[in-house]
Amino acid sequence: MDPIIANFIEENIVPKFNYWIYVILMMIGLYAMITKNNLIKKLIGMAIFQTAIILFYVSIGVKEDGGIPIISHHGPDHHQETEAHSEAGSENLKHNIIDKDKYANPLPHVLMLTAIVVGVSTLGLALAISQRIHKSFGTLEEDEILNKLRPGGHD
Amino acid sequence: MTEHFPILILLVPLFGALIVVLLGRERPEQCWVTSLVSLGISSIISLFTIIVVFSDKVQTIRYRMGGWEPEANGYEVGIELRVDILAALVVFAVTFVGFVNTIYSKTRAEAEVQGKVPFFYALIQLLIVGLCGIVMTNDAFNLYVLIEITSLTSYALIAMGNRRAVLSSFNYVIMGTIGASFYLLGVGYLYIKTGTLNIDDIRMVLGNDNLWEHQSIVVAFIFIMLGVWTKMAFFPLHGWLPNAYAYAPSMTGTFMAPLMTKVMVYVMIRVMLWLFGYEFVYSGQHVWKELIIWMSVLAIVAGSLLALARTDIKKMLTYLIVAEVGYMVGGAWLGNVTGQAGAFYHILSDAAMTFCLFIAASIIVLRVGDSRVNAFDNLFRKMPLTMIGFTVGALSMIGLPPTCGFFSKWYLISGGIEAGQWEYVCALIFSSLVNAIIFFRIFERAYFGKIAGVKEDLSPSDSDANPDTGIKEVPWSMLVPLFIASGFVLLLGIMNRTLFEWIQTALEVMNT
Repeated sequence: MDPIIANFIEENIVPKFNYWIYVILMMIGLYAMITKNNLIKKLIGMAIFQTAIILFYVSIGVKEDGGIPIISHHGPDHHQETEAHSEAGSENLKHNIIDKDKYANPLPHVLMLTAIVVGVSTLGLALAISQRIHKSFGTLEEDEILNKLRPGGHD
Repeated sequence: MTEHFPILILLVPLFGALIVVLLGRERPEQCWVTSLVSLGISSIISLFTIIVVFSDKVQTIRYRMGGWEPEANGYEVGIELRVDILAALVVFAVTFVGFVNTIYSKTRAEAEVQGKVPFFYALIQLLIVGLCGIVMTNDAFNLYVLIEITSLTSYALIAMGNRRAVLSSFNYVIMGTIGASFYLLGVGYLYIKTGTLNIDDIRMVLGNDNLWEHQSIVVAFIFIMLGVWTKMAFFPLHGWLPNAYAYAPSMTGTFMAPLMTKVMVYVMIRVMLWLFGYEFVYSGQHVWKELIIWMSVLAIVAGSLLALARTDIKKMLTYLIVAEVGYMVGGAWLGNVTGQAGAFYHILSDAAMTFCLFIAASIIVLRVGDSRVNAFDNLFRKMPLTMIGFTVGALSMIGLPPTCGFFSKWYLISGGIEAGQWEYVCALIFSSLVNAIIFFRIFERAYFGKIAGVKEDLSPSDSDANPDTGIKEVPWSMLVPLFIASGFVLLLGIMNRTLFEWIQTALEVMNT
């Protein structure tokens, strides 16, 4: 491979590949939303668009060598800790210190749970609306719908 | 008690919506009363909030949801609601317009959305919850969720109309989702750099770590602005608005036209001044200030001309909204307190006058049976009370004293002169002139229209018209909201000095 291209890939694409993926996915979604004639295809584009952003958020919470952010205290230490809660405050503090580099940042992931719910309800509502469009126009192709509106409507 | 006001404003319509849905199965006739009561309570609470916030002791009410206290280093943990005088004014506008609009929808709801009346009232209350939440929340991600709540409810409300409304609702879904997603993306970039979502904390971190010139922050700002502009129908991104508001059921249009875009303008001002701050937004090294003022000039001119080209009264009013959004964006970007306060005052006055005009237009379209201006012959004779309300709104849109439209334009123009942005001043004056043409065209029709048409109008089919005068007004439930709205147009105009000083003081704090 040409060394310039290889260099470019190594410097700009490999370390930032999560951003590249989300941008590409987003552009696919945007393209579908703008150019597709079928309303359902537009909605698929919308879903891809929203999913790209979810991917972006999830990827920014990830850390190198970071695990799932669940803290388990199931050893004997834990039981001692709860018993000795009132007396040994300093010891208690020591147990509560969490090495944040070992865990992925859970906050963006939690935010995306909400965003997924929002995305699902938007998609559901949009599908219901397209069902109503199909009922009243008999088609889901945008140009055919606009043709049907042309003679009567003064738009 | 007073510290719980912000959450009560949200909770009363939220539970009102749930009750309305449950009531709808057995007693659909009680839905109207229920939502009237819940929105009435909500607007009374927001009126008291203005009083509490304005009294010197409490400048800002901060309400931590779930009682999450901040961490030891001062960063917020939970979601916070924050109400200052500006937020309190906008929240009052939202809840009060909602209340008055519910009075208006008494007879229209059954006529226009048969069989879905309970759902209509539930959705409109959820929409009010979302709008109030947008204004009050102090959490950037929570703001996104609330924007989506308002969007989802408004898609559904618009889709309750005829088949044109369903189609425009679909376009609104596509555009609205793009807008909200861009906002979310911007928040993501801010979160990467600052590690917090609370608006005050983001500002603090940006200041402490001096991140202003970092590219991520600039990108975040641009994404958030693009998202907010799509939502507020700023000129090149306005495509979804005219059809959606014109074809929606009339009581939906009267509610959303005055409020949705205005609340998003408030979000823009808030993001500019609270989140990013004066120095970042207006600093000389970014080219965007000049560019955006030119874009707003374009929005004003294009909105006015597109409105002039319409003969359908509702379409015309929706294009006027596009022009008004241009006023507010331009005013906010002038970079001085007069312009910002003018833009903020215009949020309130535009809400009042758009509400007034939309109610009047809906009544006229209902009575005349035709939405084209050419059909409005002799309306002053046929429905004088409605036309009084319409005239007040129209004069305010043109900008004649003592209506609020005059004063907001006055402050915006003085801001433009202060900033030396003459193109903006010219655009405002041009838009005023175009508005004068648009509305005097209607006045001429309605006042001097074909006199010969009088006999025609007294045909036997008009059985409920007064045989002596030919006056045929609509029921009180539609006239009272119109008069409340036109009363507010005048009241805001008369109180302009006081209001403007409150707004100015609140904004000066933010700019320092």
